[in-house]
Amino acid sequence: MDKVMRMSSEKGVVIFTKSSCCLCYAVQILFRDLRVQPTIHEIDNDPDCREIEKALVRLGCANAVPAVFVSGKLVGSTNDVMSLHLSGSLVPLIKPYQSFLN
Amino acid sequence: MNSTSTHFVPPRRVGIYEPLHQMGMWGDSFKSNITNGNMNTPSHIIIPNNQKLDNNLSEDTSHGTAGTPHMFDQEASTSRNPDKIQRRLAQNREAARKSRLRKKAYVQQLETSRLKLIQLEQELDRARQQGFYVGNGIDTNPLGFSETMNPGIAAFEMEYGHWVEEQNRQICELRTVLHGHVNDIELRMLVENAMKHYFELFKMKSTAAKADVFFVMSGMWKTSAERFFIWIGGFRPSDLLKVLLPHFDVLTDQQILDVCSLRQSCQQAEDALTQGMEKLQHTLADCVAAGQLGEGSYIPQVNSAMERLEALVSFVNQADHLRHETLQQMYRILTMRQAARGLLALGEYFQRLRALSSSWATRHREPT
Repeated sequence: MDKVMRMSSEKGVVIFTKSSCCLCYAVQILFRDLRVQPTIHEIDNDPDCREIEKALVRLGCANAVPAVFVSGKLVGSTNDVMSLHLSGSLVPLIKPYQSFLN
Repeated sequence: MNSTSTHFVPPRRVGIYEPLHQMGMWGDSFKSNITNGNMNTPSHIIIPNNQKLDNNLSEDTSHGTAGTPHMFDQEASTSRNPDKIQRRLAQNREAARKSRLRKKAYVQQLETSRLKLIQLEQELDRARQQGFYVGNGIDTNPLGFSETMNPGIAAFEMEYGHWVEEQNRQICELRTVLHGHVNDIELRMLVENAMKHYFELFKMKSTAAKADVFFVMSGMWKTSAERFFIWIGGFRPSDLLKVLLPHFDVLTDQQILDVCSLRQSCQQAEDALTQGMEKLQHTLADCVAAGQLGEGSYIPQVNSAMERLEALVSFVNQADHLRHETLQQMYRILTMRQAARGLLALGEYFQRLRALSSSWATRHREPT
């Protein structure tokens, strides 16, 4: 879907969320702890919510949200983010976007 | 106690032998009354003087009164067999008395059983409060533990029992093997089996969470001391590392770096999930409290509240995923022998927690 492609290819870390989703919130907290300011798209406030959801599911995110993109590439959902982080592979991915302010 | 037929107890067992004996004596004195020619005094024959034997006097009296005049008529006509008739009547009365005593004994037994049942239920409540999870069907607690009626949960509890048995067996094996000499292939197999065993538990929990997420969340299947440390339905991944790390004597520099990195990322992931859970609690509380309070227990936003609760299942799964990944990373960082030591330490740690729960629960039973 074009909108999703456009939104996800924005610079840095992009996360699709829903305002009622607390796992999405957890993922945001994690990136904040890693000194990254992700771009958040709350899709339930978007008129094209259903379309975006379907597109995200098609891309591989079973629950649609949270869907994390880094540098335009899909990283995945909560599971993927956690696995990457514990294996030490997440930080190298987001390094260009880490700020040194807290 | 459904059918009287199955619960009849012969009088002897409930200790009413004495009353029967006394009754026998009464029968004897009756006979002696007859031979002394006291037949014309109905009071001796009909009404028993021994009050404590019989609480159904009215029943007895009516039979006796009805029978007496007839007996005397017969007596007048057949003076040939007075003894036989008297004996038969005495036997009838004895049988009736025996029957009443049996009935009384049965009722007493029912009363005793009822008291015992109440006592057992009280003990059960006490045991639960002390932290023993007592899973059975005779539950009257309306608030919780209805999960024992949930087939998904009942199945999980049974499987978990087997899981613990297998866990104990594996721990024994690891201990034996590490004290002796073991070849690499066997060691690898033991370690991988132990890892798979934990992963099996996470799968079981995922299924159980769909049946009753609160049951899994609060660690109801665990012993009390284990439950004390519960974090989203299981042990904290960071605790796992804390338990394991002291057991590795020599770590390479790379291992030390990797372990530090894992400790930090594990803690960050754990914190993120904890905050997500807190947000879930806040939004659920807001949901339940929304609208006018004081107008009954109807929840205006019940659908929204139910949606929040659905999210709990995802959290439990996510927490188990974190445990899974932590174990996986430790396996990657350590040597096979170190991994075996680590799994042994972890297994023994949980065994100790279970033993602690037992000791705690039974501490009141020690004689003082």
